[in-house]
Amino acid sequence: MKTNIKTRLIVIIAVLAGFVYGVFGIPRGLSGNALSQGLTSSSLFRNGIHLGLDLKGGMHLILQVKVDEAVSAQTDTDVAAIQSDLQRNGIAGAVVSKPDPNRPDFIQVSGVPADHANDVRSLLESSYSSRFDVAPGVGNTWTLTMKATIESDAKQRALEQAIEVIQSRTNTLGVSEPIIEPYQLGSYQILVELPGVDDLGRVKDVIQSTARLEAHEVLGGPWPDKQTGLQSTGGVIPPDAEFLQSVPGASASGSVGEWYELRRIPIWGGTDIRDAQPGQDPNTGEPEVNFTLTAAAGDKFAAWTGANVGKDMAIVLDNRVQEVAIIKGQIHDQGNISGGGITEQRVKDLSMLLRTGALPASIEIMQETTVGPSLGADSIHQGVVASIVGMVTVMVFMLIYYRGAGINADLALFLNLVILLGFLGYSGATLTLPGIAGVILTIGMGVDSNVLIFERIREELRAGKSPAAAVDQGFGHAWTTIVDTHVTTIVSAAILFIFGTGPVKGFAVTLTFGLLANLFTAVFVSRVIFDANLSRKLHGEPISI
Amino acid sequence: MELFHDPKIDWLGKKWYFLGFSLIFSVAGVLSIFFWHGLPLDVDFRGGTVVRVKFAATPNADRIRAAIDTGGLKDARIQQPYGPAANNEVLVTLSLSETSEAALDQGRATIISALTQNYAPGAQNQGKLDLDNISGSALASWLEQNDPEHLGNAPDGQTRYEAQAAAVVHYRDNDHSGIIDSIDDLRGVVDPAILTALQQNAWLSGFHFRGGEVVGAQVGKVLQHQAELATLYSLAGMLVYLWFRFELIYGVAAVVACFHDTIITVGAFSLSNQEISLTVIAAILTLIGYSMNDTIVVFDRIRENLRLSRREPLSDLVNRSINQTLSRTVLTSGLTFLTVLSLFLFGGEVLRGFSFALVVGIIIGTYSSIAVAAPMLVAWQDWRARRGRAATLPAAKKARV
Repeated sequence: MKTNIKTRLIVIIAVLAGFVYGVFGIPRGLSGNALSQGLTSSSLFRNGIHLGLDLKGGMHLILQVKVDEAVSAQTDTDVAAIQSDLQRNGIAGAVVSKPDPNRPDFIQVSGVPADHANDVRSLLESSYSSRFDVAPGVGNTWTLTMKATIESDAKQRALEQAIEVIQSRTNTLGVSEPIIEPYQLGSYQILVELPGVDDLGRVKDVIQSTARLEAHEVLGGPWPDKQTGLQSTGGVIPPDAEFLQSVPGASASGSVGEWYELRRIPIWGGTDIRDAQPGQDPNTGEPEVNFTLTAAAGDKFAAWTGANVGKDMAIVLDNRVQEVAIIKGQIHDQGNISGGGITEQRVKDLSMLLRTGALPASIEIMQETTVGPSLGADSIHQGVVASIVGMVTVMVFMLIYYRGAGINADLALFLNLVILLGFLGYSGATLTLPGIAGVILTIGMGVDSNVLIFERIREELRAGKSPAAAVDQGFGHAWTTIVDTHVTTIVSAAILFIFGTGPVKGFAVTLTFGLLANLFTAVFVSRVIFDANLSRKLHGEPISI
Repeated sequence: MELFHDPKIDWLGKKWYFLGFSLIFSVAGVLSIFFWHGLPLDVDFRGGTVVRVKFAATPNADRIRAAIDTGGLKDARIQQPYGPAANNEVLVTLSLSETSEAALDQGRATIISALTQNYAPGAQNQGKLDLDNISGSALASWLEQNDPEHLGNAPDGQTRYEAQAAAVVHYRDNDHSGIIDSIDDLRGVVDPAILTALQQNAWLSGFHFRGGEVVGAQVGKVLQHQAELATLYSLAGMLVYLWFRFELIYGVAAVVACFHDTIITVGAFSLSNQEISLTVIAAILTLIGYSMNDTIVVFDRIRENLRLSRREPLSDLVNRSINQTLSRTVLTSGLTFLTVLSLFLFGGEVLRGFSFALVVGIIIGTYSSIAVAAPMLVAWQDWRARRGRAATLPAAKKARV
């Protein structure tokens, strides 16, 4: 019996130590500051307790990507392609249009001369039937309806592109641990969570604004800072120029952000890019970015690059220089950026930036929650006060009502709390304000298990059983009820986890963790304390309950 | 210490009082939902705009209303005080109709600009920094530009100013809920040179935006649908579990009791005109699980007693079972109630609805285990007896608590 208790005590101490480490890691000291730092920082095996947006402050957005615009852009290209195909085949008089503004997936070819009807049909069916359902209509018209799979692919791609764009934009803001992902409850919506952001207006501006990707002529630079650059222009910025900083690694030499003097008016702007893909220089095998401009911008660009071979050109995204490259020759609508030791990775990044620089479709805010840091700090304070008051009240009540056994329950309750916080520390789960409420509720519900056991023990004692037998019976009988009560509450919490959003999910997590830990503390730990207590008493000596 | 020593209360004899009590409260709630306050929904569900503002002194609601009216928003609802009066907080609410779906953010921007103009700096403060609303990064860059410590291009200049700005914002947000009483209070928080610069170039507008929410109709509808589904699934989940644990009739009785709790809790929100938010739904779902606990304790005992003494009239047996478990039922609920009460009293405004639902729900849930679920079993048996069928409740196969 004694050794048995000893092993179980060792198990308990090991678990306690393990979870205390989970809560604090190895703090730098025992001061309040060092401990609270330990709480949230990660260390070996543990991720630290993450504070949710409602505690840390920050911004939560749900954005709708207007994916129909992406489909419409796709069919616009197709309309142009059909037009030029018809022209090439000498079919005059046919009108290609999108008659219904609410149907971006729908193209109509009308006014086809009767003698060309068969040509048009074979042209449409041979070239477009893989992506469109082609159907004849009244009076030599044809309709093309984009296939459902093609359409949903286009929409999905638009959503993914929009997420990438927003990700790259928030990265430049230096937001730590942003969440940008598809919002499952809506169709083609994005969930954006930016914790710890304190300049809410600026962040929203950056996310909402369309990406401005431009090509500028480089007039001077690079310089390590703006002041050095200004010296070269006599201390003032020339009226037709601007000074912009680059991202690290924008040029071959620069490892840190450098400053460039650029001509203010761009050669072309963000809306002028049609596509960009990573590729290889056919002569040297060096990686390069192949991009395609729209026809109008291409003409303009060709004229400008032809006249400026050997000069530097800068690709600027949202007022940050992304890339500086030497113009090697005239560039038409198809062009490339290479040289300067550009790496494969940068080529990929750059073409991604070029492709995604402009959002594939416009974005609308569907929901916006902002929590100022002062509100988050108050919430933490209030949550902690409520937890402590709740816990102390319960502990004092247990001591008064069950005397000796009350100490037992209070120890179990304390351990329950440590395990719960340790769980959060190990798993890196997010603690939200409702999550703190879940902790408080765990205290209240956790002690229920002790009450169930103690009441049963009292009942057995009243029935005349010996203390040892009463404890044994009490735990045995209460066990099924405890399982019942935990299952019902955890079922509720699981449904909450499935259906809930951010803060509510945090509540479901802490409540579930807390109740699972309670099974261990209220049943196993509490039993060990009883047994240890009984083993020091003579047979039949009463216990304090 | 013992609260209940061998109670002998005739619970079933009072079933008409219980029925009356339950009916009054459920009907009052339902009537309020349909004819009085309706079902007050939080901005999460109904859509619209909410802005939470804190003031340095007791805010003047008329002045705020006038400011917002000038901004063109006629139907703004101003809740003042929001939370304890000493906090000087105000909640400004706009319904969805005030803001079109296309320009959701407009309402919030209008409220903020209206307040900013109304609390505009006088001539002596024109162009100064508003320390009550400035962000840490903005303050840091102002310090860098103005360089009050004359650091020049010192390598650590930027980090030093960032640290000083962070100290000011931390003092304001973490220690003083967003409002600085006087710039002189920053003595000791920042370096003297910076304090002097702030005294000359900053002012305090006396209000602080604490946060806000803007929700479009579509998102609100989806969340509403989710909440309804989750509540139904929870009830169904309980029914299935109890069916599996006991017999169907026990499950039905428990779920009816749960449904009764949910109706009364939701009714309490309507009666007191408090808004139901996402976290309130979370509280209600938790209640569904939790109020099942007491019911299970009573049912277990009924079943155990049924197995031991089959001759006893059912109503006596149920009475005895309730009395035997009364002490643990009241204690467990009472302790959980204490923690929830501390949440209600100290948990702050954000959790007010959540803790209110739990406070009401735990009381009603405990009451319904005794006064609704158990009498239902007896009523079911009486009904079977009148129809001339075998009038027995399924008994436990083995003893439980």
